[in-house]
Amino acid sequence: MPRSSMDLATVRAKLQSKTGKQYWRTLEELADNPEFAELLHREFPRQAPSEWDDSVDRRDFLKLMAASLAFAGLAGCGRTSEQYIVPYVKQPDGMTLGKPQFYATAMPFGADAIGLLVESHEGRPTKIEGNPDHPSSLGATNVFAQASVLNLYDPDRAQTVTKFGEIQTWSLFVESAQAMAAAMKASNGEGFRILTGIITSPTLAAQIQSLLTLFPKAKWHQWEPALGDGTREGAKLAFGSYLNTVYRPEKAEVILSLDSDFLGSGPGHIRYAREFSRRRKLNGPSDTMNRLYVAEPTPSVTGATADQRLPLRATEIELFARALAAKLGLGGSATLPPAGEKWLEAVAKDLQSHKGASLVVAGEQQPAEVHALAHAMNAALGNVGTTLYYTQPVEQRPVNHLDSLRGLCSDIYDGKVETLLIVGVNPVYTAPHDFDFASKIKFDLEKKSKRVKNTIYVGSHFDETAELCDWHVAESHYLETWGDARSFDGTLSVIQPLIAPLYRTHSAREALAAFGDKPGTSDYDALRARLSADELTIGVDDNWRKWLNDGLVAGSAFAPVGAVLKFSPASLPAAKTTPATDIEFIFRPDPCVYDGRFANNGWLQELPKPVTKLTWDNAALVSPKSAQTLELAHHVAWRGGEHGKVYSNVIDIALSESKVTAAAWTVPGQADGVVVLPLGYGRKKAGYTGTNKGFNAYAVRTSDALWTASAPASVIKKTGEDYPLACTQYHFNMEGRQILATGTLEEYRKSPNFANEHAELPPKELSLYKGEAEFPYHRDKWAMAIDLNKCNGCNACVVACQSENNIPVVGKDQVMRGREMHWIRIDRYYEKAKSATNDPSSYDESLFNPPTFFQPVPCQQCENAPCEQVCPVGATLHSAEGLNDMTYNRCIGTRYCSNNCPYKVRRFNFLRFQDWETPQLKLLRNPEVTVRSRGVMEKCTYCVQRINNARIESEKYNAPIHDGAIVTACEQACPTEAIVFGNANDPNSRVAQLKAQQRNYTLLGELNARPRTTYLAAVRNPNPELESA
Amino acid sequence: MHQRSHIYGIMGEFREPQELLHAVEKIREAGYRRVNAYSPFPVEGLSEALGLKRNMVPFICLLGGLVGGVGGFFFQYWAAAITYPQNIGGRPLNSWPAFIPVTFEMTILGASLAAVFGMLALNKLPQPHHPVFNVHRFVHATSDRFFVCIEAKDPKFHLPECARLLEQVHARHIAEVSDD
Amino acid sequence: MSASQPPFDSPEIRRLTPVLGPGHTYGSVTDKISSIVLTRPTSLGWYIGFLISFGLTGVLTVAIGWLVTKGVGIWGINIPIGWGFAIVNFVWWIGIGHAGTLISAILFLLNQKWRTSINRFAEAMTLFAVACAGIFPLIHTGRPWMAFYMFPYPSTMGLWPQFRSPLIWDVFAVSTYGTVSLMFWFVGLIPDLATLRDRATEKHMKIIYGMLSMGWRGSARHWHRYQSAYLLLAGLATPLVLSVHTVVSFDFAIAIVPGWHTTVFPPYFVAGAIYSGFAMVLSIAIPLRKAYGLEDFITMRHLDNMAKVMLATGLIVAYGYFFEFFLSLYSGNKFDVFLVNQRLHGPYAPFYYSLILCNILLPQSLWSYKLRHNVPFLFIMSIIVNIGMWLERFVIVVISLTRDFTPSAWGRYTPTVWDWATFIGTIGMFVMLLFLFVRVLPAISIAEMSELVSETSEDGK
Repeated sequence: MPRSSMDLATVRAKLQSKTGKQYWRTLEELADNPEFAELLHREFPRQAPSEWDDSVDRRDFLKLMAASLAFAGLAGCGRTSEQYIVPYVKQPDGMTLGKPQFYATAMPFGADAIGLLVESHEGRPTKIEGNPDHPSSLGATNVFAQASVLNLYDPDRAQTVTKFGEIQTWSLFVESAQAMAAAMKASNGEGFRILTGIITSPTLAAQIQSLLTLFPKAKWHQWEPALGDGTREGAKLAFGSYLNTVYRPEKAEVILSLDSDFLGSGPGHIRYAREFSRRRKLNGPSDTMNRLYVAEPTPSVTGATADQRLPLRATEIELFARALAAKLGLGGSATLPPAGEKWLEAVAKDLQSHKGASLVVAGEQQPAEVHALAHAMNAALGNVGTTLYYTQPVEQRPVNHLDSLRGLCSDIYDGKVETLLIVGVNPVYTAPHDFDFASKIKFDLEKKSKRVKNTIYVGSHFDETAELCDWHVAESHYLETWGDARSFDGTLSVIQPLIAPLYRTHSAREALAAFGDKPGTSDYDALRARLSADELTIGVDDNWRKWLNDGLVAGSAFAPVGAVLKFSPASLPAAKTTPATDIEFIFRPDPCVYDGRFANNGWLQELPKPVTKLTWDNAALVSPKSAQTLELAHHVAWRGGEHGKVYSNVIDIALSESKVTAAAWTVPGQADGVVVLPLGYGRKKAGYTGTNKGFNAYAVRTSDALWTASAPASVIKKTGEDYPLACTQYHFNMEGRQILATGTLEEYRKSPNFANEHAELPPKELSLYKGEAEFPYHRDKWAMAIDLNKCNGCNACVVACQSENNIPVVGKDQVMRGREMHWIRIDRYYEKAKSATNDPSSYDESLFNPPTFFQPVPCQQCENAPCEQVCPVGATLHSAEGLNDMTYNRCIGTRYCSNNCPYKVRRFNFLRFQDWETPQLKLLRNPEVTVRSRGVMEKCTYCVQRINNARIESEKYNAPIHDGAIVTACEQACPTEAIVFGNANDPNSRVAQLKAQQRNYTLLGELNARPRTTYLAAVRNPNPELESA
Repeated sequence: MHQRSHIYGIMGEFREPQELLHAVEKIREAGYRRVNAYSPFPVEGLSEALGLKRNMVPFICLLGGLVGGVGGFFFQYWAAAITYPQNIGGRPLNSWPAFIPVTFEMTILGASLAAVFGMLALNKLPQPHHPVFNVHRFVHATSDRFFVCIEAKDPKFHLPECARLLEQVHARHIAEVSDD
Repeated sequence: MSASQPPFDSPEIRRLTPVLGPGHTYGSVTDKISSIVLTRPTSLGWYIGFLISFGLTGVLTVAIGWLVTKGVGIWGINIPIGWGFAIVNFVWWIGIGHAGTLISAILFLLNQKWRTSINRFAEAMTLFAVACAGIFPLIHTGRPWMAFYMFPYPSTMGLWPQFRSPLIWDVFAVSTYGTVSLMFWFVGLIPDLATLRDRATEKHMKIIYGMLSMGWRGSARHWHRYQSAYLLLAGLATPLVLSVHTVVSFDFAIAIVPGWHTTVFPPYFVAGAIYSGFAMVLSIAIPLRKAYGLEDFITMRHLDNMAKVMLATGLIVAYGYFFEFFLSLYSGNKFDVFLVNQRLHGPYAPFYYSLILCNILLPQSLWSYKLRHNVPFLFIMSIIVNIGMWLERFVIVVISLTRDFTPSAWGRYTPTVWDWATFIGTIGMFVMLLFLFVRVLPAISIAEMSELVSETSEDGK
């Protein structure tokens, strides 16, 4: 990146020439200045240091930012509202300084709400955890929930109401909103339009409804870019009305996923992963397992977990569904690609032999037909009521989002829209590009006019949409507001704020209310009013505290509704297919930044994507074979190399009168002739961290091909350039080492000890110190067991660890140098993969559909720790309980320990990675964990701070620490319960019992490091018929 | 006799080590004991000719080595096993094999320091001034000339006789060494 | 020249005194050597050379300054390659530092007369090389200002170094080696300093050399103790010099990293050290004798012998390489076997092959008498061996770390400009110190040379 031609002195001069009042306006003005914009969008995230050669400028810049934010950041402390901010003269009830408090709340996300417990230190929410009582999470979380706390403290959040980029007061906004409302009253709100995403909040919906009744002619549009209409329309097609489907994977013996990533994304996926993993639990060879078939175009975590996986192109999924339906005797017919034939037979047989205990799941991105077929098949297999049931929709008003947005756009085009209120969605960035939403709302310089008279945007950031709207109301974070939301099964979750708004921000409901007849009402009152209005929740005053305590209204889940199938596959029109020679371009939400809303989140940007292990960028994913035919290649850079930097060919993709330039990345197991374009990147105005990362797939996404576009291969052109991608694990071949122990259920039953058969564990007497007494670990012996049979590589543990342990974000450049700091990493290996790299040049059949396995690797806490022996200053040594401790202030940073660590789990602060300036990020830190600075080694501590808290408690009551009293951050976040921590000395502890299993094995046991962390071999349950082939 | 108190001794100069050796032998035969020789490099047989006994340097060196080695090991043992015992990678507190290298280095260090400083001490160095420097030709003692000095402290010392003796052994130059 | 001496140009004398040119007396030897320091005018070449090396030392200072400001992140190191140039250079310099003490100690014990004229500057070279080496372990730490934790000092927390760590062994080995080499060198210098004191004409010179020589007057009694002390030092330095690189090799051999964890390391590290050490002595001796016309003192016999030592140690090193491979393959340890493959076929294979070329193949030319006596060729060969030995350390440190136990963590390493600056900077510092040395101290031991003269003249009788 070129050095900015504008030095800080100039910026500072400009700033000083203004008064504090105008400060933000000044920044906005400056932002128009290209050099300053460049300065803003430096390659590096706020938390990470930039490259050594220009970090001086950056630090100064941060100081400028910090200065402007200090007052806001500090005023935000404490749960009481600002005017009462005083030191604790009288300590709030139930609060002990230094002891965290936990509050239940929920995170609204798409057509779901994730129930959470939020850890709060002296009024600062610092850590997100799952709410065990909440059906959507059962105590687990996903990466988005974990990382959402960083969004709260994101220094780039919009901080106040602005009009044309100039600071306004809230009251001024309410006045003008009232004025607009008054003006519209005459025409009954003709020309009043509201655009939102999916709304599952009854209170918010009620607010909108009240506006609609106030303005009968007003319209409510919805646009959720990453959740397909297929789910909704499929239900309508099958049952004639919108219905919500709730799965019960726990009850299913055989599950078929038709391009559905139900374990990794979509409503209820945390719950589904938990239920699914319970059926992968093996206590012994006699136990049974469910079987998962996945047919999908590109590997997802669900596909990686599958017992039987079939790569099919996106359109072929429908063919497969039709053919399967026909096989199951539902009529209709379809011709399958030869690859699927054998599979079809086996699956059909398996499903039929498990009537009532099978489950067919259709993917969100699949068209309505596939969903309808899935419904039909489930009905035919008698699964309805057992492995899945239907409820009324959790969306407050289900509509076809594409039509809804199209309607809005045409209305705007026809000049029917006078006032447009955009709430919480970013259509300028996410709308299909043929709608050209930007030109609909932006000021037309030729005509000197705007199509829409008033545009009001309610959003958390001053983003692409905010830029083009007149008004921007800074939206509060869900941790700052009162509210409610329905989760995937309809459970009404209560959202209570953990902290008063950090800035002059307001909730979406407040912004909407500003147009209504009661603009003043607070969210709190609105919520209580709404709840008391609901016949289901009588007696608010009696139950209020309980609801807040639980985070949900008990028994508010929707009851199953009978669904009569009004659909026969035969009636379907011919499926739309792609010519074999064409390439299918499919759009998918990114596993890390989703639809782009998390683009400015450093934790998620730096999080290696589950399958590709890419960070900070998205890439056009192609199968190894396609890569070969398209002559696309990678080459490993000399700096960082396999663990960091890989150069990748850049391609131009000309699609539907538009073009994107992307780096190509080959993914083993992807269907040939498919190119995946992950959404959510290429943001133009996301903030310091998220702007100009990756490429914008929305730019080639059109309304007629929202999820799958097809075009001849000729639309892909190599530019001849190479682009450096930050990939944390390029090498996926185990080189014949027993890193992962894997087997099939049959093998397991035949030889339950298969995991250790080939292990070469050295005998104990093989020691230099023979006869010397070994260190006894009398009282507690902390240990961890990780069940590879359950882990699906979802990454929740990685973000949880980063949040719990104040782990810094280092930025793309440093990741490319192989210096990312994650204490726990998830390794991805392809079993039976022959070629050592996934260069197309070395492509072979073993990469067509290789079995994929994930292995979380934290510090193994070895008893004979190789790292400790070589530390010259004893900065890493063993505690009495056998923890491998790091003493940061003794460490001088020789890195010898890391060299000698066979698992390479140690992380080093090569530069000053931690951000010490930004005040918001100071609020984020976990006060129980040291914030490391430059030059010291760090690594997983088994969350020693949590161990010590439990220890203190136990000593207070002089009682032993009972099993499960200590839950490490990774264990806590894990949706599949794959990670178990506990006391190995206690034979009844879960961890001891897992370690007693024969599946239990030690990573690299031959080194005799005697790790406390051990793994349970992964067992897959493939269909023998298909295996025999 | 009153000048005698000002005299350190009498010095003869030679060109070749062999001449020096021969001279020293003769002087010793004449019964002088407080005799010393000076040469730009160690002359073989000179020590024997002067009747010098085994010196203390090797013993001091041995002592230093022992102190270094024993001290070195037990310091490590004390640090690792007694004063601040810690579980390092499951190794026993007294991982004696790991203490050997440092013990060895300490032995060498102790011995060498003892040898060098012992030698200097026994030689009473550094010693900025010494009467022999008063002889102006003595500057050649460090490049290409060889000197013998009969010191006044010698009971048999008698200036004229010593001078005569030095002449007999063909000293190229003979000089009084004054004491101040 | 006294008439009592036989003419030096008689053939049998020339045969008998091959390590010293003909026609020398104590006086002539002393004049020639001390004149370099005392009377000779400083040549323009000296100034140019000194300024260049001084500039490079400046580069070193800048590199270290920036390092302390920003952190070791300015280097190419990463996870898994936690050690890069810093340790490579450390081992390389330490290795070079071995020749001096070896020549002055072991050859002294073996009573090899030919060592006399080269041991002085070889020892100086040792000291300077150790000085360069000593920089790296200090600055490669993440927090150099805390590096004193590695020394056993009574801290308020009652903490002591962790004596099981080879790095602590390094601290003791290297500091001991530095101290002993310095004493050895200085003890050898005392008589010569006295000579300079007595021959110096300017007063300040007299004072300086007078202080340094501590009043040495060549007394027989002093020589008596002096000789036993020197002998003892030689005896002590011999095991020491062997131990130092053994300990350095422990840094790797004690670790479990495949490619490091090898029992053959200690002997072949020592051999390698002597190998590179002698190469460096040659690279210095050849220009030195040319510049100051010391061909009579550093004769072809010396060059020839040093070439032979290089050849011998080179073969030991070759044997080491062979057995490293053999043991890996023979052990059947899958990690070691894999590493062998990596060296031969991995991304860094070219480094390995050029290492074989520099350290094993090319030096075989030294079997030829003609080439051993071709001075320019020897010079080039010595440079090649130095490069080869540097490559060896690079191969050991870096390649092993890029491919260890967990394939998911494999990475690569490339030095940054700062790595190079630090490396070249130390070379500059090394050369600068040498320039200063030849200017202010006798590069050849006057006393010992005179002794040589006397012995040879006796033989003449």
